[in-house]
Amino acid sequence: MKAIAVKGVSALLSTAEEALRPARYWLGFAPWRHKAAAPAPARKPKPEAEDPSALEPTLYRFILRHSLGAQIFLLVLTLISFPFLYYSLLLPKTITDGAIKGGKQFPLHILGFELDQISYLMVLCAAFLGLVFINGGFKYYINTYKGRLGERMLRRFRYQLYQRMLLFPLSYFHKNSSAQIIPMITVECEQLGGFIGDSFVTPLSNGGQLLTNIFFMFMQDWILGLAAVALYPVQGYLIPKLQFKVNQLARRRVRTIRQVADRVQESATGIADIQANDNARLQLSGFAHLLGTIYDIRFESYQRKFFVKFLNNFLGQLTPFFFFSIGGYLVLINKLSVGALAAVLLSQRELASPWNELLGFYQIFQTSKITYEQIVEQFQPAGMMDARLQLEEPGVVTPLTGELVVANLSLAEDGGSRILDGITFSVPLEAHVAVIGQGGSGKNELALVLARLTRPTSGRILIGGMDLAALPTAVTGRRIGYAGAAPYLFAGTLRDNLLLGLRHRPIRPAEYDPGSDKRRSSQIYEARRSGNIDFDLHADWLDYESAGVADKAGLSARITEVLARLDFDEVVYTLGLRWRLDPEAQSEAAARLLEARRTLARRLSEDGIANLVETYDADRFNLNASVAENLLFGTPIGPAFDFEALADNTYVLQVLTKVGLIDDLVEVGKQVAETMIELFADLPADHEFFEQFSFISATDLPEFVAILGRIGADGTRALSRADRTKLLSLPFKLIPARHRLDVLDQTMQDRLLEARKVFRADLPAEAQSQIEFFDAERYNAAASVQDNILFGKIAYGEADAPVRVPSAVAEVVDELSLRQTIIEVGLEYNVGTGGSRLSFAERQKAGIAREVLKRPDLLILNEATSALDGQGQSRVTKGLKDEFAGRGIIWVLHRANLAKDFDRVLVLSNGKLEEQGAPSELDGNGSLMSLLIAAE
Amino acid sequence: MSLKEEFELLRRVPIFAEIEPSKLKLLAFMSERIGFDPGKRLVQQGDSADAAYLIIDGHAEVVLETAAGPVVVATLGANETVGEMGILGDVPRNATVRAKDRLIVLRISKDPFMRMVREFPNMAVSIMRELAQRLDATNHQLSAALAEVKRLRDQAGIAA
Repeated sequence: MKAIAVKGVSALLSTAEEALRPARYWLGFAPWRHKAAAPAPARKPKPEAEDPSALEPTLYRFILRHSLGAQIFLLVLTLISFPFLYYSLLLPKTITDGAIKGGKQFPLHILGFELDQISYLMVLCAAFLGLVFINGGFKYYINTYKGRLGERMLRRFRYQLYQRMLLFPLSYFHKNSSAQIIPMITVECEQLGGFIGDSFVTPLSNGGQLLTNIFFMFMQDWILGLAAVALYPVQGYLIPKLQFKVNQLARRRVRTIRQVADRVQESATGIADIQANDNARLQLSGFAHLLGTIYDIRFESYQRKFFVKFLNNFLGQLTPFFFFSIGGYLVLINKLSVGALAAVLLSQRELASPWNELLGFYQIFQTSKITYEQIVEQFQPAGMMDARLQLEEPGVVTPLTGELVVANLSLAEDGGSRILDGITFSVPLEAHVAVIGQGGSGKNELALVLARLTRPTSGRILIGGMDLAALPTAVTGRRIGYAGAAPYLFAGTLRDNLLLGLRHRPIRPAEYDPGSDKRRSSQIYEARRSGNIDFDLHADWLDYESAGVADKAGLSARITEVLARLDFDEVVYTLGLRWRLDPEAQSEAAARLLEARRTLARRLSEDGIANLVETYDADRFNLNASVAENLLFGTPIGPAFDFEALADNTYVLQVLTKVGLIDDLVEVGKQVAETMIELFADLPADHEFFEQFSFISATDLPEFVAILGRIGADGTRALSRADRTKLLSLPFKLIPARHRLDVLDQTMQDRLLEARKVFRADLPAEAQSQIEFFDAERYNAAASVQDNILFGKIAYGEADAPVRVPSAVAEVVDELSLRQTIIEVGLEYNVGTGGSRLSFAERQKAGIAREVLKRPDLLILNEATSALDGQGQSRVTKGLKDEFAGRGIIWVLHRANLAKDFDRVLVLSNGKLEEQGAPSELDGNGSLMSLLIAAE
Repeated sequence: MSLKEEFELLRRVPIFAEIEPSKLKLLAFMSERIGFDPGKRLVQQGDSADAAYLIIDGHAEVVLETAAGPVVVATLGANETVGEMGILGDVPRNATVRAKDRLIVLRISKDPFMRMVREFPNMAVSIMRELAQRLDATNHQLSAALAEVKRLRDQAGIAA
């Protein structure tokens, strides 16, 4: 008790200090907290420190533990505000009775001043105004303070939840979907913030008011006082009982809503299979059923909740009923004076307001409590990693050496069946070990256990005598590499994905100018107030030392080396050709790419194949480019001049009108539409030819049929604006050399050239930044590297073009030593969510490259090359074995015959280690290994 | 050269003659018009078949790669098709085809081509007729060749 009191007082002091901080700041005092919060001090590992991610089991323990001081401060502040509130309620009476009605002897003498009636009135009114300001100020400050307190606590709670999620065992996500967790961290806990600010002040101040009123009532007449509170025990007994049911319903509702989230995610993930199997009705019925359940719960909950309100109101009115009936009777038989009854009735009414406030608070408290407990319950899965292992930062991470000893390792499923059963082996850490077995043999789980991604049920893994289970992630995650069959790539650049394993903590602090430095300090301060991590996201997190390089240039060279080892450099080069380079940031590279443009043009004409590329020429119509490109003669930046939406663009329409081309282009659109309808009308809507060949999608085709049907004797001129826009959108996609529709004759082409000139000349200043015009002497930032080198279009209809042009580009790139530059651009390629813009095999290679770059002492590969073809597989194997000479590899292979080149082979079957040894020893007659190879 | 002209060309080819015009136009639209410089290969013996070609302009040589070296077995000109056998039989190319002079062809991909065959029985019949004629011609050639072999062998026998 004393400890709590001391803690409370010290917390209160720090809170008061905190509360005054803005005031002191305004007054020009040094904000002393900022100093303490400057750069993050080195953290010493404290294994005995308590788990930072531990959650308090109940809402009030969470509130007390993290905001006791602030709550006391709020309470004190509220108490201080009461007298002012009281006086402001009293003052009007004094003004009317004392000053206006003149119930006093004037002049008055107050504090040595002599006041007549008018000045007295003015003084009182001034006091009234002053009190209004003071009360408003209190209210403003207290509400803001409550809001901030709630938000800090909410921030802390969300952070704890997310931190715990990062510690969840992998198996959790096999059984549960993330769709349940997302609403818990985002929406469900939102209401807690509001409640926390009120958690002490509301019950205590209203409770205090209630008690005071009851006390005054007893002072007046203890019998009537007793009568006034007589029903409270009944209410106090009944309402929680009823509320209990409401709480249970609320619990069920939350669980059902989580099922809804789950279902939505599942349906979204499985959308292809639902559509492919005509399963929508079943899905809809399942969903409707869930919604029905929620409806039922909600309806019942409303009934009960409002019944509680009803009951409370009824009981509240029962007391006046007794007062009127019994009190009235007493007055009539002259046992009670009318004045006393009136006084009691009045104070009884005073009771109602705090009582109802308390009841409302009680209901909100109950829902908040349920929310909190239901969330906390979900964030306690079995097998969580210890947060201290994840965040501990040892001063030096020493390389792992010695022997890898696996003793009696077992892994059991929930049901008890053993996936791994008593695995025992030991190998030198630097050995290259293959693990083979059939699917379900436990080989994949063994890899996960060895990488400490799954915790074994029993048994030990020692590396150089150290227990793997006790090592911090700082060691396992940096000294052991793990790549699975489906490595996850985060949305962002390929480079960032490759460097994931080199970003463990901020290494070099970011440079801030004085203004943003102050902002950063307050960010750190706030993060710490809420128990959040205060590392700087904008610092340089790249650990060059782990990668074995000195600086940025060294890292670039190293990345290229690793890409080459994994036979991945060609892919990244191709990505680079398709990606864009920022000529502002890399002016030198841009200048050299311009050089490549000139060299390519020269080479093509020297080889007599200049006709394979139709170069952009401001004065010529490019038959191999679309009409849109011909008109803009540039690359759009951003959505304004997006080729798909040109027909809607006001400026484009203005230009076309000016050169008198618009009607003719609509006419061309009509011809294109006619041809498309003739060609595609009979095809089923889902036919692949639509996607591959048609200008008009299957869904839009009927609309165009309708538009053509509306063309009357007046031609396309009489069509509505929307119809004309639709038709106009077609010719923009037309590439004359490719589509051969013969709808753009020479005159038309000349007029489009004229439109091109007008477009450029009239372009308003604010639109200049929306387009980058083709210019033979300028690098085009909006276009891909390849388009910049070509500066034109590869000609359609020349058999050689698709082969000879890229090979000529490649020759020029090599001649000018631009390959490295283009690979660098390829590393900036955005891989898309989950790496979706790379092929599966490319993702696997990126996943391995990421592990190689961090130079682990042991690389564990879990069928990490399963998507590669035979040739790719053997190149990667060779590259990795060369790279890891003297360092260990444990490779769970998807095909047993790849095991022949390894030092050691472990053969698993049904969770047991059946054979181990050199491949030459195992590959004998009748061995499990030979059977596995024979089965392939 | 435009879609309309290519369509007219296709119509003159016997195996396409019976297809309704809109479908044939679609086939022309989905096909690519490609130019080959002299000596360039359209088709390599042994490769898998992915397209048929209609010669629009110029000449193509059909070359058999034999143990004794390449042998030109035929020269094809405008309006003749080449490569449809590979598509129909789903077999590797049985000969190499190369441009004899500047050659312009219409390249008809396997998918659209097979779709037409499936949808238009008449087209299949035309192809069968064409194949039967070719087989007949080949049989004639073969029997002539066999007779020639026999004659040469007899001569050699007499000499021996």
